[in-house]
Amino acid sequence: MKMRKIAAMGLSAVMATSMVPVLPVMADDAAGKVYYLNFKPEQDEAWQNLAAKYTEETGVPVTVVTAASGQYETTLQSEMAKSDAPTLFQVNGPVGLKNWKDYCYDLSGSDIYSQLTSDAYTVKDGDAVDGIAYVIESYGLIVNKTLLEKAGYTVDDIKSFDDLKKVADDIQARKDELGVKGAFTSAGMDGSSDWRFKTHLANLPIYYEYQADGIDDTDAIKGTYLDNYKNVFDLYITDSTCDGAELSAKTADDSRNEFINGDAVFYQNGSWEYGELSKTYSDDELAMIPIYFGVDDENEGLATGTENFWCVNKEASEEDIQATLDFMNWCVTSEDGTKAMSEDMGFTIPFKTAQESTNVFVKQDAEYTAAGLTPVSWNFTTMPSEEWKNGLGTALTLYAAGSGSWDDVVSAFVDNWATEKALSE
Amino acid sequence: MVGKSLKKWWPVFVLPTLAAFIIGFLWPFIWGIYLSFCKFTTVKDVVWVGLSNYKKIFIGGDFSHAFWLTVVFAFVSSILINVLAFAIALALTKGYKGTNVFRTVFFMPNLIGGIVLGYIWQTLLNGLLSMWGQPLLKLSATNGFIGMIVLLLWQQIGYMMIIYVAGLNNVSPDLIEAAQIDGATARQILFKIKIPMIMPSVTICTFLTLTNGFKMFDQNLSLTGGDPGKQSQLLALNIYDTFYGRSGPAWKGIGQAKAVVFFVLVVVIALIQLRATSSKEVQA
Repeated sequence: MKMRKIAAMGLSAVMATSMVPVLPVMADDAAGKVYYLNFKPEQDEAWQNLAAKYTEETGVPVTVVTAASGQYETTLQSEMAKSDAPTLFQVNGPVGLKNWKDYCYDLSGSDIYSQLTSDAYTVKDGDAVDGIAYVIESYGLIVNKTLLEKAGYTVDDIKSFDDLKKVADDIQARKDELGVKGAFTSAGMDGSSDWRFKTHLANLPIYYEYQADGIDDTDAIKGTYLDNYKNVFDLYITDSTCDGAELSAKTADDSRNEFINGDAVFYQNGSWEYGELSKTYSDDELAMIPIYFGVDDENEGLATGTENFWCVNKEASEEDIQATLDFMNWCVTSEDGTKAMSEDMGFTIPFKTAQESTNVFVKQDAEYTAAGLTPVSWNFTTMPSEEWKNGLGTALTLYAAGSGSWDDVVSAFVDNWATEKALSE
Repeated sequence: MVGKSLKKWWPVFVLPTLAAFIIGFLWPFIWGIYLSFCKFTTVKDVVWVGLSNYKKIFIGGDFSHAFWLTVVFAFVSSILINVLAFAIALALTKGYKGTNVFRTVFFMPNLIGGIVLGYIWQTLLNGLLSMWGQPLLKLSATNGFIGMIVLLLWQQIGYMMIIYVAGLNNVSPDLIEAAQIDGATARQILFKIKIPMIMPSVTICTFLTLTNGFKMFDQNLSLTGGDPGKQSQLLALNIYDTFYGRSGPAWKGIGQAKAVVFFVLVVVIALIQLRATSSKEVQA
């Protein structure tokens, strides 16, 4: 009986506390307040701490709410309709901005805008600066150097797609001897992981086509480099830890765990993975190499860019907008803010006052750039729509499983591009 | 006595529920219909566009595909659920040992939410499919469809079974005894006495299964997610996908218009079904 009572009390206490973070901070309305709807679940804790520190220092209440993974647009839509709407939110680039441009405060006169290292890190609607990038990230092939050396190679042996294929095929052939399950971690096509291929890998053919044609967006993609896309994807699914038919059910966690357990040597992902991977591996064991594409391998660097742009809600009260601008500026200029962003969150921030990152992948990106390689820019922000990405994802999944053809992938890439671009106008 | 105090106190009983109904259902419903004629990103700022959303419902053909798939799904699942639930109910009213345990076991799946069920069954079915060398759920629309049917059967049979058990227990033993004395076979008793006597249960069960089949969302979302390429997408998921999955303000209104069409459809089908089965109910 007593146990039951305690259990009931415990349960109601839990239920009561779970309600607390939802309550908006009401105090000190006159000085304004900040409500940040955060996109990155990995950094939720770091943001909460930073917000608490800011409140302690200035007395301005800062609420940070993080949307569940993959639910940002949905959460943003319902939050923006509330009377206590987010004052600070984010869009993922020009396509994402289409939904929200009517809500974006023009940041062109703000302090934080003047702190940016380059005007390239903005999204604009005409002359108005609607969004400012707050993090620069890189992705490529993460390499387990220890395993690679065990197989008799070093990172320097891989300088082109042909090298990569040779090494990967060799590792795959000797996988039992080396104690791995495959050269590459599973190219999971579950919703948690398929963006690595339908978005990130798909950026490369778009990037090279834009480079060749000297453009930065198009209504009709030609698909000039889709054969290279096929070569890389083929490599991922043949020299893999699992059969292609099983990929549709493989998640991002599966793939990461394979890398962490030393089941595979290569893992396509980005600098944001450093936090998780560094729990198992020391900096010396990790490296990131460009996803060699067989087009301009000598000059290709890591794919570096951003799809995280801060926007300030125009509809918020003037005090709240000012409080939000102050908070943003503090985050990227103050000692505490920049330290939290570089160390706790592992970000490279595109601002003049940025501190050096401890992230080994970020450092590597800087080294590649210093060595004269050209970073591959993030052109997937110009992909026509989520619908386009999903169509490509499905085609890739079916192709990997052997029940679809590569022609379907080409059609999903080229034909859908035109259709979706037309629809989004 | 009761009538008198009821006259005096009815607002206490009616108003809280009525208020909740208006706030939670009626008002959003009316607002939703209004939104289907508008273009919007958030529901605060909307622009009236008239019927244009309704004209765009069939762009891409995914809505009609989802529509026909849903129709087939609702009918197949309703028939299977009702037949199986009735068969189990018959077995469990025979007075076998352990009847209560089995009733509980069959009913339990109903207590688990659809999303959770979907993910659990996804793992189970994918395990089986990969063992058999078949394409996984997300790779084959047929497997996805069968998977959803299996999942829904497992979830709903227990619930419908309880309704049928209650109906069967209400069939008067006198009638059955009289029939037996007259020399009726077990088969005749089933078709001439038990089934006609439980027609009210049949009405309610077909109503529930048919509307559940049409409205199915959670299980669809978590089991197949509509893959491959919307081929296993039912209407409710198609609406959700239009509303949230597409970028650009135009799609919100189109999703809303689809939802209104969907509502009308479910109401019409439910009314036809109610009329059809309740006309077969008998009084004894």
